Amino acid sequence: MKILVCVSKTPDTTSKIAFTDGNTKFDEAGVQWIINPYDEWYSLVRAIELKEANPAATIHLVTVGNADAEPIIRKALALGGDEAIRVNTDNSDAYFIAAQIAEVAKQGGYDLIFTGKETIDYNGSSIGGMVAELVDAPYISLATKFDLNGTTATVVREIDGGEETAEVALPVVVSCQKGMAEQRIPNMRGIMAARTKPLKVVDPIAIDALTSIHSFELPPAKAGVKLVAPDNVAELVRLLHEEAKAI
Amino acid sequence: MSVLIFIDQSEGVVKKSSLEALTYGADLAKQLGTSAEGIVLGTVSDDLAALGKYGVSKIHQVNNASLNNVDAQVYASVLSEAATIAGATVLVFSHNQTGKAVAARVAAKLKAGLVAGACALPDTSNGFSVKKTVFSGKAFAHVNILSATKVISLNPNSYKTVATEGTAVVEALAVTVSEPKVKVTAVNKITGEVPLTEADIVVSGGRGLKGPEHWGILLDLAKELGAATACSRPVGDAHWRPHHEHVGQTGVQVAPNLYIAIGISGAIQHLAGVNRSKVIVVINKDPEAPFFKAADYGIVGDAFEVVPQLTAAIQKMKAGA
Ligand SMILES: Cc1cc2nc3c(=O)[nH]c(=O)nc-3n(C[C@H](O)[C@H](O)[C@H](O)COP(=O)(O)OP(=O)(O)OC[C@H]3O[C@@H](n4cnc5c(N)ncnc54)[C@H](O)[C@@H]3O)c2cc1C
Repeated sequence: MKILVCVSKTPDTTSKIAFTDGNTKFDEAGVQWIINPYDEWYSLVRAIELKEANPAATIHLVTVGNADAEPIIRKALALGGDEAIRVNTDNSDAYFIAAQIAEVAKQGGYDLIFTGKETIDYNGSSIGGMVAELVDAPYISLATKFDLNGTTATVVREIDGGEETAEVALPVVVSCQKGMAEQRIPNMRGIMAARTKPLKVVDPIAIDALTSIHSFELPPAKAGVKLVAPDNVAELVRLLHEEAKAI
Repeated sequence: MSVLIFIDQSEGVVKKSSLEALTYGADLAKQLGTSAEGIVLGTVSDDLAALGKYGVSKIHQVNNASLNNVDAQVYASVLSEAATIAGATVLVFSHNQTGKAVAARVAAKLKAGLVAGACALPDTSNGFSVKKTVFSGKAFAHVNILSATKVISLNPNSYKTVATEGTAVVEALAVTVSEPKVKVTAVNKITGEVPLTEADIVVSGGRGLKGPEHWGILLDLAKELGAATACSRPVGDAHWRPHHEHVGQTGVQVAPNLYIAIGISGAIQHLAGVNRSKVIVVINKDPEAPFFKAADYGIVGDAFEVVPQLTAAIQKMKAGA
């Protein structure tokens, strides 16, 4: 069985969000980069667990990005996975990225493609669905559980107001979120092993981006908190009702 | 050329987030000087013609019971065919769970640029630029869609529903509906609770509540307000509350009218998921809790004393009104 895990580099969750060049670029000064938490905690760890249960399985990681993404890929390889593929490009349009991953997927003939439910920077929640469409496979979005029985997967996924259990034959594309697996910390052996695992760099295929970022904007600052004394909750209720019109 | 709005239904009932999408799509059509039409898949018990009051002139329906469960692959093929038949140049979805399953697939199929998580009408004065939330609500991006066909999925609770007069013509649409490859074996709906992403009011608890046995005071307040309940990540991790209630950067992102945070410190990762709420109330015994910086109203006090009093005071206000 061959598993492809999509991995993306995102700013650390505590990063200061600021923009440069007339608000057209994310200010990377001082930013720590991490593996997108959904990719790391859920897709990658679940893929590793599947390989632990079936050592014949292989796991490939794919990232679409420039050389700055390599430390993140090595960190992901330290957790597990057999080799990584980096599609060398700066483009950030979701369709462009999905088309690159779909190309890698077609070349590699994977049974299972995992993505995180979204990245914590662009929050598109789009790559999994687009890849599934481009490789013409079924798509399980927002999965919270994934189990394999031969070539049939049993999945639980989040739907509006609840969850759904379903069965699907491989190949399938799955976007992963909380519930799929528990976060792991790479150990020394993994970190050493990751140094020599293959990291292939491939050129992107020619595809037109369908979107481009024009500019960024920060939300307006809050006016400041109005404090109400703890023995005067009636005043808070009055403010919420009359001033904020929220209740 | 038209704007086609996907109307999401569950057990025959049209979702509130779809009414927002309808209003948004109708306003967009007006801005573009074209018409707005809706499309609904599956069996619906709601009066579809009445949705005309949100500004759509026509609603296409593919009334096929096999579409009552959302299968991304089948939905994408049906909706792209429908878009072609309707001559739609812009498709509007809600960025809810269904939208997240389907919109990207439709966009890829139609080679249409997608803005997922839009929060305002596009600026069409020079191209087609859509504002969306990025960095989990810490910022916004204006994204240009470069392709002829465009797909927008609208963040729930970010566009105000406006109902006026009007009825829509409901038309059956003949499209190919293939057999889904994903076989749904069980559906487990959380009944009797307000869905978190659609809620007007969210009452949320953190580690300050000390344990699941203390959630009663929070649930009472939520019930009094008709609110959905949420929690911080450690609370979800410790299984004090179910996973789907975890809000924040790595959980659900919410934007209700009112967010009440009880015993939550306000870590940056938590704020990222809630700071688009219109009004934030913080109840925390530590005056230095970072959450107060992001709040509109606050009480520095012990949740175990303040929250029951708050519930009682709301009851009293309602009785008086
Ligand atoms: C990569 C990453 C992603 C993360 N993603 C998320 C996320 O999505 N969502 C999220 O919530 N967190 C997330 N976190 C965790 C986050 O950093 C915080 O640890 C977490 O939000 C703290 O939860 P809390 O406020 O419930 O608990 P604490 O920080 O322990 O705060 C408890 C608060 O309760 C108050 N309190 C105690 N007793 C009382 C009382 N009797 N009455 C009133 N107040 C009281 C205390 O003063 C304190 O402020 C993430 C962390 C990382 C590293």
